Formats: sequence, structure tokens, C-alpha cells
Amino acid sequence: MTAGLRLCGVRLWLQDAPLIERLDLALGAGEVATLMGPSGVGKSSLLAFLCGTLDPAFRAEGQVLIEDRDVTSLAPEHRRIGILFQDDLLFPHLSVGGNLGFGLPASLRDRAARRARIDEALVEADMAGFADRDPATLSGGQRARVALMRLLLSDPKLLLLDEPFGKLDADLRERFRHFVFDHAARRKLPVLMVTHDIQDAPEGGQVIRLESLTPSPNGIGLRR
Amino acid sequence: MLRLVPPLTLLLFLGPVVAGLAGTLLPAFGYLPALGPGIGVLAPWQALLDYPGIARSLSLTLASGILSTVLALFLAVGICAAFHETRWFVRLRGVLAPLLALPHAALAIGFAFLIAPSGWLARLISPWLTGWDRPPDIASVADPLGLSLTLALAMKETPFLLLLMIAALNQVPAAQMLRVARSLGYGPATAWLKAVLPLVYRQIRLPLYAVLAYGLSTVDMAIILAPGTPPPLAVLVLRWFNDPDLAMRFQAAAGAVLLCGLVVAAILLCRGIETGIARLGIIWAAAGGRGAGWVARILPAVLAGTIGGLALTLSILSMAVLGLWSLAGAWRYPDALPPTVTLEGWMRQADAVAMPLSTTLWLAGAATLAALLLVLGCLEQEQRRGHGLSQRGLWLLYAPLLVPQIGFLFGAQILLVRVGLDGTAIALVWSHLLFVLPYVFLALADPYRALDARYTRTAQCLGAGAFRVFWQVKLPILLRPILIAAAIGFAVSIGQYLPTLFAGAGRYATLTTEAVSLASGANRRVIGIYAFLQGALPFLGFWLALLLPAWLYRHRSGLRGVS
Repeated sequence: MTAGLRLCGVRLWLQDAPLIERLDLALGAGEVATLMGPSGVGKSSLLAFLCGTLDPAFRAEGQVLIEDRDVTSLAPEHRRIGILFQDDLLFPHLSVGGNLGFGLPASLRDRAARRARIDEALVEADMAGFADRDPATLSGGQRARVALMRLLLSDPKLLLLDEPFGKLDADLRERFRHFVFDHAARRKLPVLMVTHDIQDAPEGGQVIRLESLTPSPNGIGLRR
Repeated sequence: MLRLVPPLTLLLFLGPVVAGLAGTLLPAFGYLPALGPGIGVLAPWQALLDYPGIARSLSLTLASGILSTVLALFLAVGICAAFHETRWFVRLRGVLAPLLALPHAALAIGFAFLIAPSGWLARLISPWLTGWDRPPDIASVADPLGLSLTLALAMKETPFLLLLMIAALNQVPAAQMLRVARSLGYGPATAWLKAVLPLVYRQIRLPLYAVLAYGLSTVDMAIILAPGTPPPLAVLVLRWFNDPDLAMRFQAAAGAVLLCGLVVAAILLCRGIETGIARLGIIWAAAGGRGAGWVARILPAVLAGTIGGLALTLSILSMAVLGLWSLAGAWRYPDALPPTVTLEGWMRQADAVAMPLSTTLWLAGAATLAALLLVLGCLEQEQRRGHGLSQRGLWLLYAPLLVPQIGFLFGAQILLVRVGLDGTAIALVWSHLLFVLPYVFLALADPYRALDARYTRTAQCLGAGAFRVFWQVKLPILLRPILIAAAIGFAVSIGQYLPTLFAGAGRYATLTTEAVSLASGANRRVIGIYAFLQGALPFLGFWLALLLPAWLYRHRSGLRGVS
């Protein structure tokens, strides 16, 4: 079976301490999996491993397959895996349109066409006419939506969410959550999400609970 | 490619220093092939010790170097202890940065113009207060004890130590420590000394040693402010190196090696005293004295405030008097201000100034650009490889600041002659790079490392390669700290005196070399022009570094917080 994302025997160590022991996972197009577990268990590091941006302090093995293509040894920029963090991380030196343009592949050369794609994305985010705005002047919800549109314009094959709703207040959180999952579903993107809150997980998705393999350095009693 | 940058930097940087030290050490023991057959191994040392006044020269060197360092450290610690909690402490940084940028020579010349018997201070209070109708016969500049040099050194180094201490304070939980100590009943200054100083001292240790090494081996400030018969050792050594009698080179090399030895001994002594103070400090801290009485409360603030304020005022007046003299018409003693102000001096000197000015500018520009490229390459490589500079690496970076310049520049010059590079622009830029690079690295490393790594990760996941991330994400976001680091490098290059003399083989004149060689003359108008320009250029650099990003990013309020 073709899977949007397949993880085969992924293991993760911090220095020599094992964090994740043999994780296997298959996600079809448009499916959502939620990763949960205590802090320090390696959730965010697993996402970094998928992206190819794992800190050198960590060591990992296993394979990452996107649509049956092994991307494990590819550079991050060639994997086509998009990631959204708790902070929107809009580039502060670029305008809203500049940020969206950063996401759009350079292979689309025609300036008018690029501009059209950016305007289209802004309309989708209910932010028509915002292209020349300074990202620092936007509301939290607007910034979050621009961050997602920037990611989607880069045409990813997989969407990773690293506690993306954590900093938004309850009302905004609910709306942005719908916004993200609607867009992912429309594009049939597989989604892997890390969260502390089970309420973030959409109905019907897989839930994977990671447990601590080593005693926490903070001395908080975690199950071995 | 990028992988080669850190080793290349080290090679460019330290190779010639090591070779230069060797090139000084050999003639110090009678071996200098270029001068024909060598002389006896101990002959240079014999000549050095037989030099009349060597003992005075050594005591002058040690007294001014050590005393100025102690003064600067006490003042810097005192200001932090007394004012850390006050509202304006955060704003202190803005005052200190321009003071740091002021070249040593400009400050020394301005200070001499202030305190000379016919200087501005005497003019301001004469004759109504002092009764001096003519300049009094006091040796206030070039005094036999070297006090004017000591004071000027302390004035120049205090802002440097203070700025580094403030930077170190930001890396430790100083505010919390202070709050805890205060809530346990400690007075503000005592709380700071007992709870915060031990945390930050480790981080200012290397800069402190650099200050000590500089004070012991300064040449330009000593030429201007120290007595001449005999002068401090570094000046004496320079004189011997420049002596038409080539045989003096041996004695000069021995003197340079002796100076290096003095610096090493002083640093070791300093280390020993530190350890002793640390032991006593632990006992003192654990003894529980609160220092909450009014004397312990008020005294540090009054002392640090007065002395710090005085030092600041004198520094500003030093710069002002340079500008004033460059514009003065006839300014007779004891007029407090020149009765007429004219641009005539500037116009008359315009042609003569143009050449050293342009040399100063291209030299500082090239050295700063080279330093920026190397430092950015090293930092980028460090981030990709994932581990930073070790403590040992930091010592290597500081090496050119810890070794007396005159200790290796002569040897390096011999090396340059060997490879046919002496007196070339390349050699000149390299010699400045040695001193520019450490400062650029120190200024840029923290902001570069502090940039949120998730910007990089986000950009990579959007399909941007490492090169594009560097150019389109990191550099633009870090534009402000990069330009400030560049301004610091620019200022450091402008202040260099000895490297220009040695590597330039006397073929290049900068504003600094001109100002120092004019300083012994009597034409204050001309000296004022050169020294004022020398002092003003670094300010211009800082001003541009602050203004350019503010203008470029005037519509990007998200970048205003990034510093």
C-alpha cells in the first residue's frame, strides 16, 4: 500500500541515552496522527529528524519514506516536509507578501504569476490586500494563518505540527485548528502533530503515546 | 569550502604571531642572520641591563600598567555594585559604546590638552581662582611618576571592562540573585559584591588580562603622556628598533622579550591575587555581614558615582578640546575659550590630511571586511557542525590581545621581509586584522548564536538551501548586530599605531601615526585636526551602523528588538 508517510524502525538517542525505541508508523493521504508524551521524551526531536534538521547532539536511525520515496538521506530543503511551530516564525525582515514569496518555489519565475499565487493565498487566509504589511503589525491569528499559507505555498508532501496551537487563546485556537486541518484535508496532506492536549487531535486519527525510556534528568518520576 | 574557514582563520591569525615571537626571540639571544654574524648569546641582555635608566623605565612600566588596570577594575566593579539596580543602568551601555570607540591616541592627546600646565583645565580656572597669569611650572603631562598615563589608561579601559561586565551580567541570573540577597537583608552594594560578582568575574577574566597586557605595553599613549627620559619599556624598545645603528636591534629584541615576560608575570600575579581574593571572599560572604548600614549603603554610590562621573566628564572634555583647538583662532593663555573660531586650519590642512585619511579609511574598511567574512564563516560553520568554540579556542582568539604588540611585530616584520611582503597593503591589512578579528568575533558571536534556530529550520523546510538561508534569512535578521560588529572592528583598526608602523614599513601614514608623531610638536591646531578626525571616524561608523538598519527596516517593527 502506498502511504503518504512511512516511518520504519526509527530510533533516537540523545548522546547515548535512548529516547525512542523502534517507532513504526504509516499515514495515508489526508490522515492525521498525534504524538503525545511527557516533555523531554523526544517528540520534537523526532519531528526534527523527519525534517533532517536534527541537532548533532542526537543520533538517529531508521527510514523516512514520503510517498514510498526514501528521503532519510536528503538535505532538509529537498524533503518537501513542512513544519509549523508554536511561534509563527514569520521572517521579521520581509513583508507578509515577501514571507509568502519565500515559500513559493523559485521555479515559478513569472512575477505576475507569483504575485497571483500570493494574492490567492491571502484570500484563502481571509487577508486579501495584506501583501505589503509588516508581519509585526498583524494579530496573532493573522500571523499564524500567514505562517500556514507560507508553508502550503512551498507545496509540501507532509505536514508536521509542533504544538502549533499552544500559544493561542481558546477561541482563536479552535478556529486556527479548523483552518489548519481543513487546508490539510483539502490538499490530502498527511499530518503528524505533537501536542500536550488530546483535544487538539481530530476525531478518528491515530494517537501515539511516547513514554520516557530513561529517568528524567529533572528527577520527576517518569515511568521507566 | 566552509569547513576550511576556521582552520584558515587560525592559520592567518596565529601563524604569523607565533613566527613573529620566534623572530623576536632569536635576535634577543644574538641571532639575526640578516645582520651578518650573530653576537654573543647574552650580549643583548648585557646591553639591555647596562642601559642607563632601565630600572626607572621598568618601574614606570609596571606602575602605570598595573595601577591603571586596578583602577579600571575597581571603578567598573564599583559602578556595577552601586548602580546595578538603578533605572539608568540599562542606558549606561549607550554612553559606554562611543567611549569604547574613541581611539587611545585621540584620548591621550585630548587628555594632554586638558591637563597640561597651559591646558584647558588650567585656563578655565585661571587666573581668577589660581592666580596663574602664565602657565605654572608643573609637569602635569609626562610627569616623572607616569600618573597622567596611568589616569588616561584607566579612563580608556574602564568603559571596556564595564561593557563586558554588563554583557556578562546578561548571561547570569543576576537580577534574581540580587533580589534574593536583598530580601535576606543585604545592602545593595554588598549584595552585588557577595552574590553577583563571583558569577561574572570568570567571564571578564580574559578581557581583564588583555587590559593588563595593554597597559604594560602601550606605545602610542606612552609616547604622548609618559616621560621621555627614560620612557616606559615599550617606547624604549620601539626607539631601539628604529635606531639607525642596526646593532641596536639585538638590544631591542631582548627588551621586547623582557616585556613579554613582564606581561606573563603580571598575568600570573593577577591570577594568584584573584585566587586569594576568591578564598577571602567566600569567607566574607559566608560571615553574613549585611552591609545594610547607611555608610555601606551610601559610600559605594558616592565614590563610584563621583569618580565615574569625573572620568566620563574628562573623556568628553578631552574630545571637546580637540575639536576646539582645531577650530581656534588665536587662543592665548589664560582665555577660557578661543576668542575667535575659524575653519582656516582645516582648509590649510585639507591637502595634507587627505592622504592619511584615505589610507586610514581603506585600511580599516579592508580589515573589517576580511574580519567579517572570516567570523561569519566560522560562526556559520560552527552552527552547521553543531559545537562551538571551546575555552581553549577563546584563549587563542585573545592571544594577539594578550601578547605585547611590540613582542611579535618586529619578528613578523622580518618574516614579511623574507617573503617580500613588507610594506605591502596585504601585510598592512593582515596586521590590522590580527586585532580587529577578535573584537568582531566577540561582538558577533552572541547575537549569531542567539538567533532562533527555528528560523533556519523553517526556511529549510520551505525548500531553502543552506546558502539561501544564510543570505536571505540570517544576514538580514542580524543586519544590526553585524553592522555594530563592523563598526567596532572599524574603530579598532583606526586606533592601531604599531602594526601600521611595522607592517607598513614606514610607507603608510594613517591619521593615528600622524597624530602620534605630531603630538610631540607644539602646533595644537594641527594636532587637534588630526586627533579630532581620528576620534570622530569611529563615531561616524557607529552612527551609520545604528542608522542604516533603522532606516532600511523602518517599516519592520519586528526587528527593532533584535540587537
